[in-house]
Amino acid sequence: MCRVAELQQAVLAENDRGAQRLRAALAARGTAVVNLLSSPGSGKTALLEAELTRARERGVPVAALTADLATENDARRLARSGAPVKQVLTDGLCHLEAGMLGRHLDGWLPDGVRLLFVENVGNLVCPASYDLGESLRVVLASVTEGEDKPLKYPTAFGLAQLVVVTKADLAGPAGFDREAFLAAVQQVNPGVEVVFTSVRRGEGVGLLLDRAVAVQRGVPAHRPVMARLAVGGAHGHGTGHGHGGDHEHGHDRGRGHDQGDHHGSAVRDDPARTRP
Amino acid sequence: MHEMSIALAVVGQVEEAARAGGPEADGRAVERVHLRVGELAGVVPDSLHFCFSLACEGTVLEGAELRTEAVPGRARCGPCGGEWDTGMPPRLGCPRCGGGAAELLSGRELQIAAVHWADRPARPTVPEEG
Repeated sequence: MCRVAELQQAVLAENDRGAQRLRAALAARGTAVVNLLSSPGSGKTALLEAELTRARERGVPVAALTADLATENDARRLARSGAPVKQVLTDGLCHLEAGMLGRHLDGWLPDGVRLLFVENVGNLVCPASYDLGESLRVVLASVTEGEDKPLKYPTAFGLAQLVVVTKADLAGPAGFDREAFLAAVQQVNPGVEVVFTSVRRGEGVGLLLDRAVAVQRGVPAHRPVMARLAVGGAHGHGTGHGHGGDHEHGHDRGRGHDQGDHHGSAVRDDPARTRP
Repeated sequence: MHEMSIALAVVGQVEEAARAGGPEADGRAVERVHLRVGELAGVVPDSLHFCFSLACEGTVLEGAELRTEAVPGRARCGPCGGEWDTGMPPRLGCPRCGGGAAELLSGRELQIAAVHWADRPARPTVPEEG
């Protein structure tokens, strides 16, 4: 005879708890994290360097942490902006986790930093599942990557609070179909803002900074449908919390850390999408 | 491929449940772990199965079977009340009213539903702490 324990535990619960702690700790210091996700080679680093430079010009205290499997090339590029930059080498791991980020910030993150840009590992699959305690999640796609990218990577695009199209100067040569791309984004994430940028031409530079500053000041970020989890009596929180029905399972990230702004609502934000 | 991280997290949580004791766990091996995987969770079950067997080695889960249950994506439109299967790739705008204020009823689960403990004890070589 087999004995059964109904755990009903979210697999990523530990990461989610870590992300909540980090978000709260950073909020107490006045820092908001911007989590940048994209494929390798989509232009994250070039855009981020331009945004950091713009932030310095405007007097916004920023810092950046960049994660790669290997090399410190990105940190060197970003450091040209003059902002404090830290390179994290993941030794082959395809994504950052909240605990890793917290350990890297410990003792490094300078006081007074209002915006911390985290350049995640270049990958649109794995990083999408991990809340890093960010206040704004941004997904980038270059015009050379194809209009159906949002449909191929629906979790990444579906959870984005801002979509940034890069290398817009190449839209013509690449035959980029802007309307098809926008339709694909809207399919997986209705209502999310899409901005077009070209670092080479200086187009759209500063928009990411504007959005990040707004969120840091308390302007609510976009709430993607994929992050709006219905709450029933049967939400899958924590150990031993039984499910009363076969529907309205919340999901892995929902850990009942309501942050006060949606109490009593029928919809509870994914913690990843809840502002500090 | 983050399925290895997911598999290790599953093993870690089951080990924790085993340590927490409970009459079900008491020194027993794990026979089977039942996992609910939403179709929007971004996890590939085949890959997860492969990683799970590796992650179980040397733990109370050694030899345990992983059973995954796929949970389809479903959404409900707040304003008009329409409900639909999101499909894959998901369609998250309301097909009835065209609104974009829906909520997700299911589809992002990545959840350990149940652990089945065997009648046999866990192997004596298994360390107390993982």
